[in-house]
Amino acid sequence: MSSTQRYDEAVAGADIEVGHTAELGVDAPLTLDCGVDLGPFTVAYQTYGELNEDRSNIILVCHALTGDQFVTGTNPVTGKEGWWPLMVGPGLPFDTDRYLVVCANVLGGCMGTEGPKSIDPRTGSPYGLSFPVITIKDMVRAQAMLLDHLGIEKIFCVSGGSMGGMQALQWAVTYPGRVHAAIPIGSAVHHTAQNIALHEVGRQAIMGDADWRGGDYMSHNTIPKAGLSVARMAAHISYLSEAAMHRKFGRQLQDRDAPSYGFGADFQVESYLRHQGTVFVERFDANSYLYLTRAMDYFDLIKEYNGVLADAFEACPTRFCIISFTGDWLFPTPESRKIVHALNAAAANVSFVEIDSDKGHDAFLLDEPEMFETIRGFLRGAAEHWSGNTP
Amino acid sequence: MNPDLQRTHGGEIRVDLLLIADMIEPGARILDVGCGDGALLRHLARAKEVDGRGIELSQAGVNACVAQGLSVVQGDADTDLVNYPADSFDYVVLSQTLQMVRRPRDVIDQLLRIGRKCVISIPNFGHWKVRWKLGMTGRMPVTEVLDRQWYDTPNAHFCTIKDFVLLCRDLEIRIERRISVDKQGRRMNIVNDGPFANLFAEQGVFVLSRQGND
Repeated sequence: MSSTQRYDEAVAGADIEVGHTAELGVDAPLTLDCGVDLGPFTVAYQTYGELNEDRSNIILVCHALTGDQFVTGTNPVTGKEGWWPLMVGPGLPFDTDRYLVVCANVLGGCMGTEGPKSIDPRTGSPYGLSFPVITIKDMVRAQAMLLDHLGIEKIFCVSGGSMGGMQALQWAVTYPGRVHAAIPIGSAVHHTAQNIALHEVGRQAIMGDADWRGGDYMSHNTIPKAGLSVARMAAHISYLSEAAMHRKFGRQLQDRDAPSYGFGADFQVESYLRHQGTVFVERFDANSYLYLTRAMDYFDLIKEYNGVLADAFEACPTRFCIISFTGDWLFPTPESRKIVHALNAAAANVSFVEIDSDKGHDAFLLDEPEMFETIRGFLRGAAEHWSGNTP
Repeated sequence: MNPDLQRTHGGEIRVDLLLIADMIEPGARILDVGCGDGALLRHLARAKEVDGRGIELSQAGVNACVAQGLSVVQGDADTDLVNYPADSFDYVVLSQTLQMVRRPRDVIDQLLRIGRKCVISIPNFGHWKVRWKLGMTGRMPVTEVLDRQWYDTPNAHFCTIKDFVLLCRDLEIRIERRISVDKQGRRMNIVNDGPFANLFAEQGVFVLSRQGND
């Protein structure tokens, strides 16, 4: 793709098919944490499986930073497989023969839900940076409005990895009466300085790209390809462990037998990262990337509860299953343990499992049989204590 | 799985765990510290509909428990009990674990802070076979109950039934019940207190509560 590709060409695909959409906040707007009233606004979502008679078999899946509502099956926009095909489907842990799995594109996203690339009805042009800053709690509120819209009161289980895990935690904290069980995976109650720092590198790469145009690249028909691509490359490194990267690439050269004594993609790992960057630019909006990384940085359940995390879970009836991975250095186990300690202090019902895996943060997306077994068992236990028709 | 975790034999729950289960009232809130593969929690959930939680040090044990639908966290009795609020459980169970912790005295304090009552079982280092082996061979005893060599055992703090009773007295802990248990974990028909138990019981099971707590 040439760097002069027009914005509308680049994102045209994303507007073709975004699955189901709901128009929300029509009667009353959603008051965001930043104080802005948003509404009406669109939420794009997908469902997998069938709703049972008493509407008690819902698993809400929350996607991570660059995920979307296309959890499994072919993503109509990218033409590739969804992001959690090993978790969601018939006979899989989130068994679509028994549960109705719902996943919505997050607020601020770029796959059909209201975000910076949506058209601002007041101006008739894309919001760009005039889109209000979104928080994880705003995303969760929007999802709650979607469920209201769909006539769903209680969720059997909410789950997600990384930013999806943050949403799962926020769900249980903000709507404890609506969430029977929560499975936050590879997640945390707040970003560490290192997490924020890594995101800031990505944001600076985007904003430093001349084609970003102060966030107004849509009206200039440019896209900050190079910047967004570098942001993705840097982030991608943080999703893998050193061991996984070494296993995959080592020091192998790409399509050559000797170093070129230049700055091409000599090493396979360079070629791989460049490819990841290029592919990402095709499907993701740069401003969305700014907004969503910001939402993760701002997320802080400890601060929301004045420094006492246990207060967030006071009298919370939700059953929690916290999962971390040994090889995840982006959201390492001590961050999960922090959640577990707070849940214990609140006498909440919690299970905590650390899965032995050297695949890094991305492990939650991959084939981790022990994670699957854990989730199957946890859901079985949760179903025994569920007032709805046992899924 | 590591055999240390296994609390079942041929699908049956270990008899010493059944003994502990008998002491727990139906519907109670219980915390099983060092819950292994979750056999006791599973049994109590089925037989007595307790609200059961567990802590287990080994990751394999935790994963096995959660995969069975039990609410278990990976954690260490020495460091993680402080996170639980006071009086959050009716019973806290510590089965064959006290001798493995670094600070048994602090752990007992924590158990009785968290739980109204505490059920503890310990291997008895005062059993005559242990005394005999140590006395006659001059070597650390290896018995059916203490079945590992000194360099290979997870046990860090052995005590006798008498030692344990004296510690409870020092900590002003009330011993509500004490039962002498043989190597299979069966109740023994012997006097449960005094030197006789300390000589002939292979294990001791105690129900403890705080003094002045009725």
